[in-house]
Amino acid sequence: MAIEVRIPTILRTYTGGAKSVEGSGATLDELLADLEARHGGLRERLVDDRGLRRFVNVYLNDEDVRFLGGLETPVSDGDTVTVLPAVAGGA
Amino acid sequence: MRYDSLLDSLGRTPLVGLPRLSPGPGVRLWAKLEDRNPTGSVKDRAAFYMIEQAEKDGLLEPGCMILEPTSGNTGISLAMVAKLRGYRLTCVMPENVSAERRQLLEMYGAEIIFSPAAGGSNEAVRVAKRLSAEHPDWVMLYQYGNEANARAHYETTGPELLADLPELTHFVAGLGTTGTLMGTGRFLREQRPGVQIVAAEPRYGELVYGLRNVDEGFVPELYDASVLTRRFSVSTADALRRTRQLLAAEGIFAGISSGCALHASIAIAAKAAEAGERADIAMVIADGGWKYLSTGAYSGTETEAEARLEGQLWA
Repeated sequence: MAIEVRIPTILRTYTGGAKSVEGSGATLDELLADLEARHGGLRERLVDDRGLRRFVNVYLNDEDVRFLGGLETPVSDGDTVTVLPAVAGGA
Repeated sequence: MRYDSLLDSLGRTPLVGLPRLSPGPGVRLWAKLEDRNPTGSVKDRAAFYMIEQAEKDGLLEPGCMILEPTSGNTGISLAMVAKLRGYRLTCVMPENVSAERRQLLEMYGAEIIFSPAAGGSNEAVRVAKRLSAEHPDWVMLYQYGNEANARAHYETTGPELLADLPELTHFVAGLGTTGTLMGTGRFLREQRPGVQIVAAEPRYGELVYGLRNVDEGFVPELYDASVLTRRFSVSTADALRRTRQLLAAEGIFAGISSGCALHASIAIAAKAAEAGERADIAMVIADGGWKYLSTGAYSGTETEAEARLEGQLWA
């Protein structure tokens, strides 16, 4: 099972510079735990004791997971998860 | 239609159907043409409301300096109103915005302070907040947190939409300051429980996300996630493809953020059609394509255009 997880520039120190890594899991939470095993410290940059960190946005197939199921969002083989820092939109 | 002056012609923009892009008889796409505003963008509503409120609050007098972080449209709107009402304006703008935005601001007499491309609008906001602290006599209207921004849409955009399309099921707009979605979204949800409020957020190239650490991120003070039903992230490639599709299929010459809104709208429409559900999906065309011509977005192949847009702030 392979789920592609795209990592923003500022977090690539945890992935040895890789802009995307692969993982598996039934939910986003499991996926992040799986990634943590190979990329120690990454999970803590994304999640705190209240859930996803405020300035981190995570998208499952381009949809913000906060509107799907948060950390419990189901993920499947072939999905793409994109992690992005929260930025001011153009205006 | 006749108005006493330009500012009175604000809003009441057309809602046009998109028959060629709509998937079927029960699922219809609609576009609200916000380029038909005084300076050509949806921002005219927010700018006018923010200045009106500041005047009511006694914060603005002729000769006052207004300060604002903007990637262009809000600055242009404010510059027009400032010009007509005798205020000065300084905009803090990322250096990687299209040339047309700079030109328009200068034509209206605004001053521009450029913030670094790396960090995009986050950086512009940071610089503006610092300048505001250094110049307490300057008035920063602060579109990212000013309730008058969202209220403009609560009082105008939302009611206009419902008057034109009482059977509306979905409202789709770009997510920037979040004002359009928060104001319009709140109004529509009050009037039509069950309506879906959908955000289409631009996803830029890496340069724009140049933050030193994740906690330097920014969430507009106006943002209230509970007003939204769904939030999509739309890549430059998809936004560009849809902008061109809108022109080719429906003849609408729109800015690139409209491509974002269309991309999300098409996804929603396809799902509804598949499920055999009725849908009337209204999207915001925030501005016309004029300010983006110099980016090369409308010429050459999509791949070439996408490469040219990389590193540019196109929303």
